[in-house]
Amino acid sequence: MKKEGLADILSSILVVIIGLLIGLMILFVSDAEQALPAFNTILTFGFSSMRNIGDVLLLATPVILTGLSVAFAFKTGLFNIGASGQFTIGSFVAIYIGVEFTHLPPALRILLAIVGAAVAGGLWGAIPGLLKAFRNVNEVISSIMTNYIAMFLVNFLIMNGLSFRGRYLLNPIFDQGRGTTTRMPDSSVLPNFGLQNIFTDGMRSSHINIGIIIAIVTAIIIYIVLEKTAFGYELKACGFNKDAAKYAGINQNRNIVISMVICGVLAGLGGALNYLVGTGLSMSTVDVLAPEGFMGISVAFLGLNNPLGIIFSGTLISYLFLGGTRMQVFGFSVQLIEMVISIIIYFCAFVSLMKLFLMDKSTRFMKPKEESR
Amino acid sequence: MTLEIFYLIIQQTMFFMVPLMIVALGGLFSEKSGVINIALEGKMIMGAFSGIIVISMFQESLPGLPILLIAILVSVLTGIVVSFFHAYAAINLRANQIISGTAINMFGYAFAVYFARILTGTQNVHFVNQFRIESVPLLGSIPVIGRMFFQNTYITTFFGFFLMAVGSFVLYKTKFGLRLRACGEHPGAADSVGINVVRMRYAGVLISGALAGLGGLVFIIPISTIFSGSVSGYGFLALAVLIFGGWNPIKIIFAAFFFGLLQTIAAGHSAIDFLPNISGHFYRMIPYIVTLVVLAFTSKNTAAPKALGEVYDKGKR
Repeated sequence: MKKEGLADILSSILVVIIGLLIGLMILFVSDAEQALPAFNTILTFGFSSMRNIGDVLLLATPVILTGLSVAFAFKTGLFNIGASGQFTIGSFVAIYIGVEFTHLPPALRILLAIVGAAVAGGLWGAIPGLLKAFRNVNEVISSIMTNYIAMFLVNFLIMNGLSFRGRYLLNPIFDQGRGTTTRMPDSSVLPNFGLQNIFTDGMRSSHINIGIIIAIVTAIIIYIVLEKTAFGYELKACGFNKDAAKYAGINQNRNIVISMVICGVLAGLGGALNYLVGTGLSMSTVDVLAPEGFMGISVAFLGLNNPLGIIFSGTLISYLFLGGTRMQVFGFSVQLIEMVISIIIYFCAFVSLMKLFLMDKSTRFMKPKEESR
Repeated sequence: MTLEIFYLIIQQTMFFMVPLMIVALGGLFSEKSGVINIALEGKMIMGAFSGIIVISMFQESLPGLPILLIAILVSVLTGIVVSFFHAYAAINLRANQIISGTAINMFGYAFAVYFARILTGTQNVHFVNQFRIESVPLLGSIPVIGRMFFQNTYITTFFGFFLMAVGSFVLYKTKFGLRLRACGEHPGAADSVGINVVRMRYAGVLISGALAGLGGLVFIIPISTIFSGSVSGYGFLALAVLIFGGWNPIKIIFAAFFFGLLQTIAAGHSAIDFLPNISGHFYRMIPYIVTLVVLAFTSKNTAAPKALGEVYDKGKR
């Protein structure tokens, strides 16, 4: 068991190294002179100051949560490609509350924004869950549809609000000049409890806030639920073998819906934590699916679908991203990192194969004479 | 006046419909062989990117038609190369097909933008559209139908319908098509009568890549003179066409027309006076909603290939 865990981690690291090496090759092809300094930036920039470390953690917050969302589904036998839509719905609710509910005291407003986003994400996640449980619809296909519906719906609500007989039920929260949601008031930003004094380079501080702590605590809770509770065991049993689970008297349909709702809650929460920040980040109304949801797939599989592993894989991916953004000073665009991450995802697809290979090697290494075949 | 708008709507709908149809046909080949293809979007982007780059490189030195042919060829080849990675992961390595599909989608966009920046300095690749056909000789002067289908059109439109016919014929009337479909329904049975499941599935995925790559190019040419690394989600929309069309070529044509029409309305509903003036977002949402509804009502006896997404393991036969 222990050896298997080690092989798991090794194969994840190997996947990242392969991705980075291909990235380096692409850098060399595009501009050989700048390739090495740019690559060096990717590898070191995230660690180069406390402020950058804070920024890495800030970036990691949403993808840890979407990663948890994907992993939770995977552990329970589902594939949640719908994290993007759930994230979008959650983001919208959080931003709406943050921007419009200024009559509430800040603490209450922020709490409401977080809870509202999680609930909305959960409801959105319930759609593919219900369709899977009661209509036998493949959740991947229905999630692709709900992703696009979420994107168009949210873009509509941002720009037009929702009115009924001339009265606004939801106000538009559109900033025409920037083509995004209106800027969040500073009072709606998540508190940082002094974190910004730690993650600073003396001149400027990172915008880090308690979001990362919420993300880590959530990961631990998910770990406990999945590994240490009967409820989690039931959900996982459906994933391992649904016929056996049914035979054991587990209500499979109910569990599918619950799983998808939890996935949606996690992704929706990620949306809230992503936008309740002091960086002035606003939600764009361009018709593009939220990339955080797909990033969650890479984070989940790189983290071996283990909630604790996801804390690390989410941080690692964000680390690469921050370095990639910085790399632009050498004339390379940040899409290089997206390519690297997509290559990492691709190799994650057969990580289990790589694991077998590694285990095979280590077995031979440990007992060289005992060839069993 | 209204008649003018009607013609315009039909012509525009063709621009949106044809790529959807081609890519959905690609999806059909892949799924009929048993491999889920959610990577259509990424393959479209790669195909469009390579084709448009070719056009922008040769547009000053060559006349329109040869450029178009070269661009089509390059797009098709690109689609095949990208598909190879999907096929290798899904078929040889028995990897999760959704993960490798997601990776390809992400890679396609990042690749197109990254290399566009290197080649042109910006995210955008500009090209001159010299492929528009004002009016097809003879056919364009037929009353009504000529205006609808043979004016303000592109050779790729007719090529798309031609491919649709050929593709359906191959799938349903040839030995190859029968074998391919057998691999998607019951690979074990196919294998037991000597069909090479791996080879058939490769064929399905690579054909699907070729068509998706072509579809990307065909999507961009009529509607823009700039390619900026995106095909606006048409790969996923084509997947919806495939499902809404019940994995059936004839129904796919109608589904593509319907979705294409909705896209046209979404883009220009404010100019169409007899339509309610609601946001274009709603028209864009409809294809996905109706597909969900269709899924909900047909999935108990679905038309999807039986072994779709199942890894074929010879040892388990």
